[in-house]
Amino acid sequence: MKAVFTGLGVMAPIGIGAEAYWSATLERVSGITELERFDASGYPARLAGQLRDFKAEQYLSNRLLPQTDRVTRLALVAAEQALGDADVDPESFDDFDMSVIGSNATGGFEFTHREIQKLWTHGPERVSVYESFAWFNAANTGQISIRHGMRGPGSVLVAEQAGGLDAVAHARRVLREGVPLAVTGGVESSYDPWGWVSHLATGRISTVPDPRRAYLPFDEAAAGYVPGEGGAYLILEEEQAARRRGAAQVYGELAGHASTFDPRPGSGRPPGLARAIRLALADAGLQPGEIDVVFADAAGLPELDRAEADALAEVFGPHGVPVSAPKTLVGRLYAGGGPLDLVCALLSLRDGVIPATAHVRDVPADYRIDLVRGEHRSARLRTALVLARGNGGYNSALVVRR
Amino acid sequence: MTIDDLRRILTECAGMDESVHLDGETLDASFTDLGYDSLALMETASRIKEEFGIRISDEEIATVQTPRLLLAAVAEAARSQVAQAA
Amino acid sequence: MARRSVITGIGVVAPGGDGVKEFWDLLTSGRTATRRITAFDADAFRSQVAAEVDFDPAAHGLSHREIRRMDRVTQFAVTCTREALADSGLDLSAVDPGRLGVSVGSAVGAATSLEREYLVLSDTGRDWVVDHRYASPHLFNHLTPTTIATEVAWEAGAEGPVGLVSTGCTSGIDSVGHAHKLISEGSADIVLTGASEAAVSPLAAACFDAIKATTPRNDDPEHAARPFDRTRNGFVLAEGAAMLVVEDYEHARRRGARIYAEIGGYATRCNAYHMTGLKVDGREMAAAITAAMDEARLPADAIDYVNAHGSGTKQNDRHETGAFKRALGDHAYRTPVSSIKSMIGHSLGAIGSIEIAACALAIEHGVVPPTANLHEKDPECDLDYVPLVARDHRVDAALTVGSGFGGFQSAMVLRKWRGGDA
Repeated sequence: MKAVFTGLGVMAPIGIGAEAYWSATLERVSGITELERFDASGYPARLAGQLRDFKAEQYLSNRLLPQTDRVTRLALVAAEQALGDADVDPESFDDFDMSVIGSNATGGFEFTHREIQKLWTHGPERVSVYESFAWFNAANTGQISIRHGMRGPGSVLVAEQAGGLDAVAHARRVLREGVPLAVTGGVESSYDPWGWVSHLATGRISTVPDPRRAYLPFDEAAAGYVPGEGGAYLILEEEQAARRRGAAQVYGELAGHASTFDPRPGSGRPPGLARAIRLALADAGLQPGEIDVVFADAAGLPELDRAEADALAEVFGPHGVPVSAPKTLVGRLYAGGGPLDLVCALLSLRDGVIPATAHVRDVPADYRIDLVRGEHRSARLRTALVLARGNGGYNSALVVRR
Repeated sequence: MTIDDLRRILTECAGMDESVHLDGETLDASFTDLGYDSLALMETASRIKEEFGIRISDEEIATVQTPRLLLAAVAEAARSQVAQAA
Repeated sequence: MARRSVITGIGVVAPGGDGVKEFWDLLTSGRTATRRITAFDADAFRSQVAAEVDFDPAAHGLSHREIRRMDRVTQFAVTCTREALADSGLDLSAVDPGRLGVSVGSAVGAATSLEREYLVLSDTGRDWVVDHRYASPHLFNHLTPTTIATEVAWEAGAEGPVGLVSTGCTSGIDSVGHAHKLISEGSADIVLTGASEAAVSPLAAACFDAIKATTPRNDDPEHAARPFDRTRNGFVLAEGAAMLVVEDYEHARRRGARIYAEIGGYATRCNAYHMTGLKVDGREMAAAITAAMDEARLPADAIDYVNAHGSGTKQNDRHETGAFKRALGDHAYRTPVSSIKSMIGHSLGAIGSIEIAACALAIEHGVVPPTANLHEKDPECDLDYVPLVARDHRVDAALTVGSGFGGFQSAMVLRKWRGGDA
């Protein structure tokens, strides 16, 4: 069985829709700006990748707005775009033949913040009936399935910032069990003040005030990352089924995946990223030399950047494969980050272009990685590896093939 | 509480289709036909309590069928609350 | 042929029974662990009843640092993991860490700690722009529920696939179902799997109050959870956890492990109907049941026990009664069906795993736990719900189901292990 991507839906700080996102990436538009939904002036870090122009009411009926957090609205619009891009009419499918598999690490947090404030200032009777599900990490999958009448296996996999790729890989599992189509991906948005302060507590958020210098993965000046909101949903279909319905396009095949976990701190054992890469390559039946480009996790913290560079050098050899980190334009999108990079990888394969990593200048020589900088690089691309890591030790590696 | 209040509260609590003008005949249309489910009505009852201090019972809100009947229920609840206070 | 997954260890932290033995004693006694809420002052709430765990983390060997950094939900999961590992007899030093995975479920994660921290950060709700200078260094670990999976993985030294499944109230079945798939497809040889929830908190209580899903039977908390009874009027919010050691059969056989049961089949469907409402026909739950039985290659009449979702809300109990009839046909009337939520309440994302543990123990002991507080059946719920007292009953195959907000409907079939050629 081959699982192929036939539709892309993107909600990114630099563009709504896959093509808008892709052209903004190639034009190096940065989506990183000062937080503007509340007064962040008192916080040590104030930069985030925000969807500043997203007006939910332009995309969703006013029926859905009272019961959805911002993150669920992003998921609904991304899924709708992916279906549109794939030219899928859900009405033409059996309801059990469509699945929704998503990832989300922090739930409907802004909504929850409003409701908990009402609870503690006015009492339990003021809490909205919708809080009972708008809060859940599961809300996005449920709402997408309801909106499009999709009754196949639904799931929500969470692995902090690595979960988005795990969800997409799980969609392939569902296809193997005989479901022809899945809507899969992830989004994140928890940037109300309470959510923001929770992110700050990791100690990993960059306090550099210059949007072009705040998030510099693999750079000597790396000093943390910038959180971002949004993500992507994709349509994954069993290849024969996609062909039979006359799918508008095939962006590529989900050829391999693996996830691993780092050893517990202090164990002295090596981290798990290289192992995840090797397992994903084996799953795809590919040798390291057959990978044409890597979309890096790009943590933006020196220790984690070095660990990723080491893993890449270990598997591919020093400077053995071109590496890109397009997320320097949008920030780290948690559960949305892996799926958005996956969209970027599929469009790179389509157009034969590796986007240059914006803003990063000085990569330490002993990282031994070929980080594409300066100019975008044209190349015949057949395969790409997408990496994502999550706080705690999550590693996820996914291979796509044209 | 007026029909305008109800229209506004319903819209805030559960949206409203543009084609619906809550007056005349739609006052007697069923909430189901107007697109309001039990959650929407519970949220509406909660908002009425918040804004007007009028409590509609769980049973009442679970069974009330139309906007006109809901307005009547609110009026009745208000009368009985005043009567109790007296 | 797909690899077969078997349950070789169980750990439980549940209301009224801390540890597997106490848990099973409670279930088979028919006693209830529901009571007036003690976790917070519930006077202002519509429902003031819960099934709480009397849990002392230090008594379970958690260190001061572990207690500080872990929310209660994680403390439950780690405690259960330790019990399950000890129960399994697994020698972790002989296990390849890369072949050891973790799949944990939770609906709302570290809700209690998040809420506690919120009150500090916001000055009891006064400030919308909260004060970061009061933030705990563990705050982010409360924001994302993956912390539960992280700590379980650290506890066991797992370096294979690790993750959390968060599908609301079916999380506990879906997480174990996910573990079953990881074993079947060969991504891991052993998976520590289960679910945890510790959300007897004001916010969770207020959520369910708002939609009137929890029972207002505050004057009679011991008898407040009344699945399938005519007088039922909502579920009882609960907390708890269960963790299982799920293992590739060949791996278990080689090390001579005791096998509680095989996971024969698992499936989930969405109802795509309503975030909280249920279609009366039970079609999607029935489809999940049928798919799980098909995977287990069992006909309907092979099911000896049905562990119901049985939350005790008006709509749920009718919905699933309909689903059982749709999936099992006349056999639905002949097989015992019970809801342990009548005794230990509904612990949201955790309950599915606790119910899987109960099914494994029912198979092990040949005893079906009862539905407590069932004195007069709802006329529309007309199956054999094993009222009030446990029943000696040989169980070779058990079905457990779950239903949750978002429309998730899940089913799992466990079967007694009868040797490698079964």
